[in-house]
Amino acid sequence: MDTHETPVITAKGLELWYGSAQALRNVDIDIPERKVTALIGPSGCGKSTFLKTLDRMNDLVPGVTIKGSVRYRGQEIYSPEVDVTWLRKQIGMVFQKPNPFPMSIYDNIAYGPRTHGIRNKAKLDEIVEKSLRGAAIWDEVKDRLRKSALSLSGGQQQRVCIARALAVEPDVLLMDEATSALDPISTSKIEELIEDLKNSYTIVIVTHNMQQATRISDKCAFFLLGELIEYGDTDQMFSVPRDRRTEDYITGRFG
Amino acid sequence: MRPEKKSAGRVAYDRVLRALLYFCALLTCALLVLLIGYIFYRGLPNVTWQLLSTQESFRNDTIGILPNILSTLLLIFGTLLLVLPLGVGAAIYLTEYARNKRVVEVIEFATETLTGIPSILYGLVGMLFFCLALGWGSSIRAGILTLVIMTLPTIVRTTQESLKTVPQSYREASLGLGSGKWHMVRTVVLPCSVDGIVTGCILSIGRIVGESAALLYTAGSAGILSRNLLQALESSGGSLTVALYMYSMERGEIEVGFAIASILMILTLLINLSAKFLGAKLKKN
Ligand SMILES: Nc1ncnc2c1ncn2[C@@H]1O[C@H](COP(=O)(O)OP(=O)(O)O)[C@@H](O)[C@H]1O
Ligand SMILES: [Mg+2]
Repeated sequence: MDTHETPVITAKGLELWYGSAQALRNVDIDIPERKVTALIGPSGCGKSTFLKTLDRMNDLVPGVTIKGSVRYRGQEIYSPEVDVTWLRKQIGMVFQKPNPFPMSIYDNIAYGPRTHGIRNKAKLDEIVEKSLRGAAIWDEVKDRLRKSALSLSGGQQQRVCIARALAVEPDVLLMDEATSALDPISTSKIEELIEDLKNSYTIVIVTHNMQQATRISDKCAFFLLGELIEYGDTDQMFSVPRDRRTEDYITGRFG
Repeated sequence: MRPEKKSAGRVAYDRVLRALLYFCALLTCALLVLLIGYIFYRGLPNVTWQLLSTQESFRNDTIGILPNILSTLLLIFGTLLLVLPLGVGAAIYLTEYARNKRVVEVIEFATETLTGIPSILYGLVGMLFFCLALGWGSSIRAGILTLVIMTLPTIVRTTQESLKTVPQSYREASLGLGSGKWHMVRTVVLPCSVDGIVTGCILSIGRIVGESAALLYTAGSAGILSRNLLQALESSGGSLTVALYMYSMERGEIEVGFAIASILMILTLLINLSAKFLGAKLKKN
């Protein structure tokens, strides 16, 4: 395996303030291609905030100030000439709470492709099926694509949301505690799914579940009070953490 | 601990309260049914084809209210046609785009206040501005624009209320897939708020149909058929409520008044039902 792969996303000296409260401090990180990178840390340490800087969802929050650099495949994403809609098409996001639109399952999945100009019915059918298969939910919903997505269970809704994100053929998939609102069976389904997806996508997940981080991530980043304390291979971090605070956290001594 | 049995006093209290509430509901319904029933009882027998399909003729000594029906429809649709895009657009701007929260708050307070102003004030202002300053005289177009100003706050408010109930997570989902803001509003937020917009329309139609003072000032009270739409807009035309007032109070034709009242109620019902139907239809697509 190539150990010097070029990172897909590189953050350097990233700082972020909500008003006058600093939420990220001097974060340096390289996100490798087609790997699962897990962000861990006690709640309020800035994991979600960091994740949202990667597809500029922080733009929606009034009063945010960002300094430093985030590059996606070499492109500075906070530079004025970047088209945010293009960026967000490349970098998909799955949220903590499943948030399907109040539309049919089909229309949920077709939403992204339609947004980006695909009108052809046959093409849309194909994308919908492919995305639902990709999110391991095709068999469960193929007979009721015209039913409202809100009629599904939470775990199914979350996989529909993943399928919806896949339908725009993103390059990177961000997932913010995508399983924390789900039951154990749905959780393990989604974990299996992530294992599969990393063959084709670069994935960044936020999780507060240490077992989940060890099970599915290749790289792990430990945040504390807005700082990136430690970043490295998951196996190594969980067996011989370099920083005392990482060790305290993963052994459950705080947070 | 076991749940204790309700004491006898408590049971009696519950019963009395329930009976009282039941009585209130019954009374409300009864009043409504009686009122409507009475109006229909006195009015419907006088609703003749001649009344519905002609204009008043002094030569034949017949009464007809077709011009008033047409004026009312023109006022309703003309007003909605203008106020909907304006009001919904303003509401979208205020809730989805405006950055300055202070200004938004001031505007919201203003619209809230404006919904409570007696309509005759709108009529006065409409008359001074449209009829006199612009020199339009008493005309349907002056009436329409006055009604637009009068119903605008209602439309803005109800639309805003319903835009605010759309979960933020839908907006995030849409933007996260790479939608532009307007695309997000058009494809996710607006379809979710159709209900509120329809409610706003129904409330406004109610106000328009029920309006008489403001219209007497601005659209006048004429009951003459126009040859075409343009002429109709430029000439004076009494709405059904104005005609109702004219016939029953000025001319003592009480039976015609009841007939007009019946027609008004049927008209309102029909328009509201179709607004609901249209809303359900829009929501589906
Ligand atoms: N929209 C916001 N406005 C103001 N402060 C925020 C906002 N979102 C998060 N924060 C603050 O930023 C810090 C990091 O939050 P977050 O990134 O959500 O942490 P995590 O996801 O690790 O639990 C917290 O102190 C939180 O209170
Ligand atoms: Mg979080």
